[in-house]
Amino acid sequence: MPAPDTAKYEALSVESAAAVRQQSAWQRVKRNLSVRLGGTALAVLLLVALAAPFLGTVDPTLFDAASRDLLPGKSGEITTLEGETVKHTFLMGSDSFGRDIYSRVVYGTRVSLFVGVSTALLALAFGILLGLASGYLRWLDGPLMRVMDGVMAIPAILIAIALVAMWRGSLLTVVVAIAIPEIPRVTRLVRSLVLTIREEPYVEAAISLGTPTLKIMFGHILPNTIAPLLVQGTFICAAGILTEAILSFLGVGLPPDIPTWGNVMAEGRAQFNEYPHNIFFPGIFLAVTVLSVNILGDGLRDTLDPKMAKRV
Amino acid sequence: MSTSQTPVLEVRNLSIALPPGSDRATAVQEVSFSVNRGEIVCLVGESGSGKSVIAQGMMGLLPKVLPVLGGTILLEGEDITTASAARLRELRATRMSMIFQEPMTALNPVMSCGDQIDEVLREHTRLSPEERRRKVLDVVREVLLPDPERIVASYPHQLSGGQRQRIMIAMALVLEPVLLIADEPTTALDVTTQAQILRLVQELQARHGTGVLFITHDFGVVAEIAHRVAVLRLGGLVELGDKHEVLKRPQHDYTKMLIGSVPTLEPRQTTPDASAPLVLETRGLDKTYRDRAWFGKRREVHAASEVTLQVRRGQTLGIVGESGSGKSTVARCVVRLIDPSAGEIRLGGEDIATLSARHLRPLRKRVQIVFQDPYRSLNPRRTVGEAIIEGPVNYGLSRDAALARARQLMELVRMDPGALDRYPHQFSGGQRQRLCIARALAVEPELLIADEAVSALDVSVQAQVLALLEEIRERLNLAMLFITHDLRVASQVCDHVAVMSSGKVVEYGEANEVFLRPKHEYTKALFAAAPGKDFVFGGG
Repeated sequence: MPAPDTAKYEALSVESAAAVRQQSAWQRVKRNLSVRLGGTALAVLLLVALAAPFLGTVDPTLFDAASRDLLPGKSGEITTLEGETVKHTFLMGSDSFGRDIYSRVVYGTRVSLFVGVSTALLALAFGILLGLASGYLRWLDGPLMRVMDGVMAIPAILIAIALVAMWRGSLLTVVVAIAIPEIPRVTRLVRSLVLTIREEPYVEAAISLGTPTLKIMFGHILPNTIAPLLVQGTFICAAGILTEAILSFLGVGLPPDIPTWGNVMAEGRAQFNEYPHNIFFPGIFLAVTVLSVNILGDGLRDTLDPKMAKRV
Repeated sequence: MSTSQTPVLEVRNLSIALPPGSDRATAVQEVSFSVNRGEIVCLVGESGSGKSVIAQGMMGLLPKVLPVLGGTILLEGEDITTASAARLRELRATRMSMIFQEPMTALNPVMSCGDQIDEVLREHTRLSPEERRRKVLDVVREVLLPDPERIVASYPHQLSGGQRQRIMIAMALVLEPVLLIADEPTTALDVTTQAQILRLVQELQARHGTGVLFITHDFGVVAEIAHRVAVLRLGGLVELGDKHEVLKRPQHDYTKMLIGSVPTLEPRQTTPDASAPLVLETRGLDKTYRDRAWFGKRREVHAASEVTLQVRRGQTLGIVGESGSGKSTVARCVVRLIDPSAGEIRLGGEDIATLSARHLRPLRKRVQIVFQDPYRSLNPRRTVGEAIIEGPVNYGLSRDAALARARQLMELVRMDPGALDRYPHQFSGGQRQRLCIARALAVEPELLIADEAVSALDVSVQAQVLALLEEIRERLNLAMLFITHDLRVASQVCDHVAVMSSGKVVEYGEANEVFLRPKHEYTKALFAAAPGKDFVFGGG
């Protein structure tokens, strides 16, 4: 390399004046109303889940035959694990075993958020790997995508029911069972992104600079798929929360002793006419959670999707 | 040209705002000019000069974020900045109409071309279907399209770019408007097609006495068709006058700089050393794309065939051709981004045409490429420093040593070494192209390929980058393969020139020979089509 020129750097005045000042994506995200709204609602729900023991709840598995089918706001008593009987106000009433619905719904938030986030992460992780492989290794593309097509042809809820029935219900099996039918969707998305990004000149430049294939996949292509994947992730999260509730409601999800919104609703089903609160309160929580995740996702899509951003 | 009448278009003190937070307050600042009957006024400027915004303002097509701040636009004396939406709709197509840059997206893909022209007549006239049909065929004939019956029935995708642009012109002129606004109508077209379209616009305009506002960035085009020229810079009008006045005796410094940046068609005087060592030699290089369809006919496309070229150290070989001529295919084969179907690519005596990926990797650094689009050539999520050191690190240099080299390279391409930790979006197009050159040079290649590397740049920036490439070639004694569609650019930098058409090299020789005494018919046609070829620009 010859000695650097000591001449001053060329003034690019004409051109740099026309250079557009760009707002960073993160700034746009922070200013978006949907992101703020959905994000705040989710933050509150997360707080509720974490602080569940301190929100005037009792152990959600406790029951008392004397306090069966209480209406919301009624006082009654409940027996602790040590056999003591304590006074308790049933804010959302009690079910036909005399369990506190409020405590069960609040603790149910933990399960729902956990299931939603972990199904999204699991589906994204496998979808990214399969999508990168399919988009970058052409010989693998055909066989892999036909398998994915096959999985997509079966309704997601049926796959989940079959898998849980095979493995017996537990938190892990439910998460895996919900994530598996989402994987093909993520794979397709990642594959299509890879197919466009691999044609970009900066990827071709990396090839001509002798960059190994793996480094190109994870160093150049993957970082440029993050924005659409983040958006897709929120929608999987919302779908996962719903599917878990459906499985529990149908009695094929988590065991009935674990407090989840679906389980609470399932138990209230028989007495829905007399005691609608059994279904009403967990239903509200479920609706609000799914709605806020979806609103957050919409906001992220509006701010991160390059096609939408160009219109501003 | 009669100046006694009111001008067709008169723009007075027009100002149009930019959204808050932009790099300047107004897109257009106090611009005044006029277009008379039968006159072509060229609005010239670089990107960001506000020339397209003015056109949109005239048609009432400005987006809400760009409101008109002040001034008037008078169409035959009627102010259209204050006209109602209904009045504007009446005026469009009947009194003023517009043709756009991209003829594919400007036409509706699901309507036949005839229907699209007919729609104008249906909306604005009370002609009977038979009369409309006759008029459509007449106007298609007038824009010199062959076989009007067939053209009218065909859809946009069945036509070539030039034919689509003719349909656009037919649509714009069918109601004989007094004003035609043409926003870069030939920029997306090949040079020979461009020449035809320019001639057509000139003929029609002269025949109907239409006033034309022609927006372009290309001074060759200006020299070819303008009567008067208005030069814009950053939203302000810097110079307005007769074509010969402005192009030969520019007054404003900016105009002088712009016109001085236009490359001449005269080849530079060099006598390339025929004994310099060969860096690259292709022998019978061939790239054929085959459609392996399960049903129906197999199709074969010869993107490049029998390409035999030589590049010697310290010299530049230009490959010139129109789109689809196979010039980029050759470049991509040489870099082995695509695999050639047949032939040899000899790099310093070694044939790399069929080397496996593993054996190719150690050789990749000897050939580097700079692409056309500066906005897609750098990974948006990596700092430019990371981009530049990627190559050296791949070949075993330590990060620190690579960064030191990157700083030297930044100075070589006249950029501030302190900018290494910035991201690509913080740089302009010309700066990014410098960064791409630095990245390519970081692995110390023997051959640098510039694949339309200056085509996306404004003319003043183009001149700077060309000068930089020239300086680097000389200083590092590089061999360069320079691919371009622009004869002016080729004449500036090439020692040898290969002219390609339909995948074949039709003429190959020393630049002086090819430029001054072209032999092949296609080369002659290409030179004849170069806009403004007979015009001697002043300035500088």
